[in-house]
Amino acid sequence: MGGQVQRAYGLSGFRMSIISTDQLTKTFGEVTAVDHVSFAVERGEIFAFLGPNGAGKSTTIKMLTTLLTPTSGRMEVAGRDPWRDPAAVRRTFGIIFQDPSLDSELTAYENMELHGVLYHVPRASRRSRIEELLTFLELWDRRNSLVKEFSGGMKRRLEIARGLLHHPALLFLDEPTLGLDPQTRNHMWGYLKDLNAREQTTVFFTTHYMDEAERIAQRIAVIDHGRIVAQGSPDELKCQTNTQSLEEAFLALTGKTIREEGATSLDRLRMQGRVWRGR
Amino acid sequence: MEVVYILWLRQLKRYVRSRARIVGSLAQPLLFLVALGFGFGPIYARAGGGDYIQFLAPGVIAMGILFTAMFSGIEVLWDRQFGFLKETLVAPVPRLQVMLGRTLGGATVATLQGIIVFLLTLGVGFRPAHVAQLPLALLMMFLTVVLFTALGTAVASVLEDMQGFQLIMNFLVMPLFFLSGALFPLAGLPRSIGLVARIDPLSYGVDGIRGALIGAPHFSLVVDVGVLGAFVVVLLAVGSYLFSRLQV
Repeated sequence: MGGQVQRAYGLSGFRMSIISTDQLTKTFGEVTAVDHVSFAVERGEIFAFLGPNGAGKSTTIKMLTTLLTPTSGRMEVAGRDPWRDPAAVRRTFGIIFQDPSLDSELTAYENMELHGVLYHVPRASRRSRIEELLTFLELWDRRNSLVKEFSGGMKRRLEIARGLLHHPALLFLDEPTLGLDPQTRNHMWGYLKDLNAREQTTVFFTTHYMDEAERIAQRIAVIDHGRIVAQGSPDELKCQTNTQSLEEAFLALTGKTIREEGATSLDRLRMQGRVWRGR
Repeated sequence: MEVVYILWLRQLKRYVRSRARIVGSLAQPLLFLVALGFGFGPIYARAGGGDYIQFLAPGVIAMGILFTAMFSGIEVLWDRQFGFLKETLVAPVPRLQVMLGRTLGGATVATLQGIIVFLLTLGVGFRPAHVAQLPLALLMMFLTVVLFTALGTAVASVLEDMQGFQLIMNFLVMPLFFLSGALFPLAGLPRSIGLVARIDPLSYGVDGIRGALIGAPHFSLVVDVGVLGAFVVVLLAVGSYLFSRLQV
């Protein structure tokens, strides 16, 4: 099946693709995190990238968003190679990271403003955009509180508000709804679908909530042990695996054993940070 | 330019908001001034060196800014740990601007810290000989501060975790400080120690600040400015390069 997928989504074949990868591979020492991955995302599509923990989702996103060099293979984002031409690629996308990326010593508003400057949101519209988004995610009343005083859910909402502050052609969302209540999740997906319809924003997201992927995504790729094991629309995946729901299809494709992620150097760093602060 | 400004402002806000850090980082210079200043003072005077506090104070100011500046640079590690670094690394702005904003912010913070330590030294009896040369002392402090912030950033860009941080403190920052002539005169040192002091950039920072505040520099103020300036250029270039290659 892998061979067929690779032939179908060659790097040069699809002019409409906003993301395409061809045999993309990343190894860390002995471990192959991403193993000859090939897929394409069309412009204006809502695309879900699914896989168990440690399957290689975040590593793939890091390579696509210029944060990591691939070991081999090719990739293109908006027609450019993220590694060779990072500056051009960075102008085309926005990202909401899986793990926290706020400055907790700044207020919610200051975090938004800093982002606005980094992403060239014009000064004239910056304030109103910040107000609109913070209000939308119900954080406007707390705009002048330091982020370190926020609860986990509030921080997550702020990350989302910040990621939506500028309107890029392509949005990466790495488990954006992790730790959010169903109301906020609904709210956020409503906003994103609207943005997708209005501005043809391409949305590339990962999630562990299969119902969410089934409901939102137009197309899905399933990755496991660093390899793409299936791609297609939610219906196609169900059909391929002869299952009733995407959750069942996912389990059929990736098995039922629980995965453990290897600790990265960043995890170790965090651990030490906790120990230090605990002193 | 706005990018550099907002990142500079960020460092400043973080500094002003962390009062515990400000107070904590003043304890060490104060301890050095009191314990060494008054402890070794009589011996130093008997050996014909004059008032030790006068000699020591500029060294302690240099110590205060060395630690704060290195720490500001190494904050890259903290930002990495708490995730904020990613936010700046994927932004559509040149990393040189990000690095500049951070470095200037860190440098401003460390300079402020140096000024506070200077006021502290006045409290224990230090009296600068040439009040008119205070701006010159400030320039020396600023050069020293930019130098070590850039060094800290460069080092933090290649480190992966906090264990490395301990290594840096023990094998880089402490030797830089103790061998710089902050605590003792460089004249008449054993050859090998004298040589090490000569390649320690902090020696020129200490000498510049001391020369500006009480006169009689060991090198000369022109040499101090020249060496500090050269180090600043090289370390900014190296730091920018390493920072631009940073991966998460």
